[in-house]
Amino acid sequence: MTLLSYAKAMNRALADALEADPAVCVFGEDVGAGLAGLTLGLQQRFGAERVVDVPLSEQAFTSAGIGAALNGMRPVVELQIPSLLFLVFEQLANQAHKFSLMTGGQARVPLTVVVPGSGSRSGWAGQHSDHPYGLFAHVGIKTLAPATPTDAYGLLSSAVRDDDPVVLFAPAGALGVREDVTAPLVPVPIGEARIHRPGSDVTVVAVGHLVHQALAVAEELADEVSVEVLDPRTLYPLDRSALVESLGRTGRLVVVDDSNRFAGFAAEVLAVAAEECRLLAPPRRVTRPDGAVLPFARALDRALQPGPEQLRDAVRAVLK
Amino acid sequence: MSLPHLADPAGRYRTMRLIRSFEELALEWVRSGLVVGGTHPYSGQEAVAVGVCAALDPADQLTSTHRGHGHVLAKGADPGRLLAELLGRVGGLNGGRGGSMHAADFSLGILGANGIVGAGAPIAVGAAWAARRRGEPTVVASFFGDGALNQGVLLESLNLASIWRAPVVFVCENNGYATTLPAASAVGGSACGRAAAFGIPAETVDGMDVEAVRAAAERAVRRARSGGGPSFLECLTYRFEAHHTMERRFRLTYRTAEEVASWRERDPLASSPVAGLPEAAAIDREVVELLSTAAEFALTSAEPDPATATDHLYASGLRPRSGAAL
Repeated sequence: MTLLSYAKAMNRALADALEADPAVCVFGEDVGAGLAGLTLGLQQRFGAERVVDVPLSEQAFTSAGIGAALNGMRPVVELQIPSLLFLVFEQLANQAHKFSLMTGGQARVPLTVVVPGSGSRSGWAGQHSDHPYGLFAHVGIKTLAPATPTDAYGLLSSAVRDDDPVVLFAPAGALGVREDVTAPLVPVPIGEARIHRPGSDVTVVAVGHLVHQALAVAEELADEVSVEVLDPRTLYPLDRSALVESLGRTGRLVVVDDSNRFAGFAAEVLAVAAEECRLLAPPRRVTRPDGAVLPFARALDRALQPGPEQLRDAVRAVLK
Repeated sequence: MSLPHLADPAGRYRTMRLIRSFEELALEWVRSGLVVGGTHPYSGQEAVAVGVCAALDPADQLTSTHRGHGHVLAKGADPGRLLAELLGRVGGLNGGRGGSMHAADFSLGILGANGIVGAGAPIAVGAAWAARRRGEPTVVASFFGDGALNQGVLLESLNLASIWRAPVVFVCENNGYATTLPAASAVGGSACGRAAAFGIPAETVDGMDVEAVRAAAERAVRRARSGGGPSFLECLTYRFEAHHTMERRFRLTYRTAEEVASWRERDPLASSPVAGLPEAAAIDREVVELLSTAAEFALTSAEPDPATATDHLYASGLRPRSGAAL
């Protein structure tokens, strides 16, 4: 038995990818030093030509990743701060994502963008605390948010091997999660949800680090309600059949999602449920507020993120 | 081995004539409604695309711009397939999925025209970096206009190319205007000054003189291929037509008729060493023939089936959910 941390699992996935395929390379700020943990020790092991420290030019090095991908590489771009995704939205949404279609299938862009520490890290305030996965899912970029060390390993492994651009959010709230790993670490297919806890009364769809919160609430309420915790793992493409099957069993839905409410990820889950399922009660969602900007003070930062009390209330509400 | 179709002055004249005639035909097709949307005509700037591509090998690559027909044809793309692309036909370079602004032929190293100003430069840097890592001698030419000189990502790309010593030739086609904004009132400092600031050798050349452009491009390509890193060429040129075909409707006055006429007198076709020789007349006739065949190919190419509209969205074959009601 080995206790594997989420951060170490990501590091191992990247090391295994670099080891397995000479086309894999890493571009990022401070990746040589391994400041964000993801690349710790990798430049020493694989060299500065494959684990490349780049200047603070997010747009250029992200697009350089696209150019390298067009010439047969499988670059992994690390962005230390989730809000840097706003800087490179043009490069990802308008370039990387569109090349395959616009070129009539001549080009493929196997580029992986990883944010090790997305969402709030407590105390990093307005410009370091976003969770904009909904934006990438909306434009149609494969968007991942693993919750556990084995899923972090498995989804990062799959992202690097995928022939399309992928953005992987590693929530700051999950980086410290540890897991007893008994089986060998393997790739996890993109687009497959995971049921962490089966239940029969309510389906709680939880994203990223909130999976752990949902599991705790489910356990706490175990005497009064049987909660199924469904982790989509891949936000786009969403595993709709897993969702529909789960709701076929429970008929009740709560979504807990650490992104902004309006046109957010939870909204899409509710829309799928409304279109494809017959629910026994109106669904609920627990999210950040519309258009949230996280304030600095700890209590204010926490106040805008989905909390266990809100989730508990939402579960009880759908039972009425 | 340089591109065989650009190996001598006659070949370069021929390709410039092809681009000019292609653009005239494209304009005609836009006016008649055959081409929907519009185009950004390259007429007047032919010496830049042809001069630079004359210095490239077949395996070299390029990134192009919204005004990309000249680059794509100069690198050797089939004019019939480019015309078919403008028409949105199955036989187009991109199967009708890209149109004028995204024409690409990866088999010829044409990594795509690009609709966002300056966006090709970092892609060129990354492509060049990857090629060198793989031990290939590829040089990547990155075309952009004077408008891109004020895009932050272009400056970031110059820096990245410099520190990586990437085999890139940055080609600034300074046609005097970013759409309607004169470069004189938009560019602080200078084009070459920007490159020099990043330690990149830069020179300004007469972009209406194909042989001058070729000579400068050969120096730059030689430097890149021998490991000397990137170079920057500012080619002073002029577009004879409007920024894009829509502009013609508005009768804009940002350029005087005298100014346009004075640049037309410096037509790169007229200053080619072949111009005026009997050979040139034969080439002109040959190009008419070639374009007629190309037009025939394009016009008879099939329209794409609407059921295939999301084909190629994902290289992995993922099919998106339909937008229709369930």
